[in-house]
Amino acid sequence: MKTVLIDDATLVRNYIQGDEKSLSMLIARHKQRIYSFIYSKVYDRDISEDVFQDTFIKVIRTLKRGKYNEEGKFLPWVMRIAHNLVIDHFRRNNRMPKFDNTGEFSIFSVLSDSSLNAEKQMVRDQVNIDVKRIIEELPEDQKEVLKMRIYQEMSFKEISERTGVSINTALGRMRYALINLRKVIEKNNMILTN
Amino acid sequence: MEKTYSQPTSGQKTPQIEPKRETIQFLLSFSQALSVSRTNNLEFEALLN
Repeated sequence: MKTVLIDDATLVRNYIQGDEKSLSMLIARHKQRIYSFIYSKVYDRDISEDVFQDTFIKVIRTLKRGKYNEEGKFLPWVMRIAHNLVIDHFRRNNRMPKFDNTGEFSIFSVLSDSSLNAEKQMVRDQVNIDVKRIIEELPEDQKEVLKMRIYQEMSFKEISERTGVSINTALGRMRYALINLRKVIEKNNMILTN
Repeated sequence: MEKTYSQPTSGQKTPQIEPKRETIQFLLSFSQALSVSRTNNLEFEALLN
């Protein structure tokens, strides 16, 4: 008996129309290739498993939402999704590095002293003094809103209640305060960075 | 004539790397449970058991 191979595009179409078996066939047909591709990048069975699962969750959601429009190119499309998820995995991992206790691990390679040294502390103090000085030159209403927002960390709702103006007015005053600060900083060529 | 020193590959099986059966089963169940409905240009996803 001759078996007829149903092409990917037909399986995708059938799946979109509700035939769940078609998805099973698509996964069976391509699972090894997609999984091997993921494994070749991450070299970890568990992570490969996760990325593979996330890839097909994305595939399923896209197909069910009717957003798939690459008929006939199912595998390259899935591979692209897998590739992007592998990149996401590495990005996440860079942000949260894992440490194994093997080898010559130095805790100082990951810990740093974030407190400022004496010189940087002096620069910061000077910057704070300069900023306070230019804030004092702002018109009274703008100065009041800016101080409440930045130094007292009040919300604009609280500021509007305290000052008796609308939230929009408070927002406007804050905006003009910042614009005016920028103007003064630019005019005097001030450098306010540490 | 050039001599080749590589090992013959016949008889050596490359390990089959593929996802676990549970992963596939999960995906098929997820697919069966997922339902997408549209109302007034809004799309809703629901997982139905």
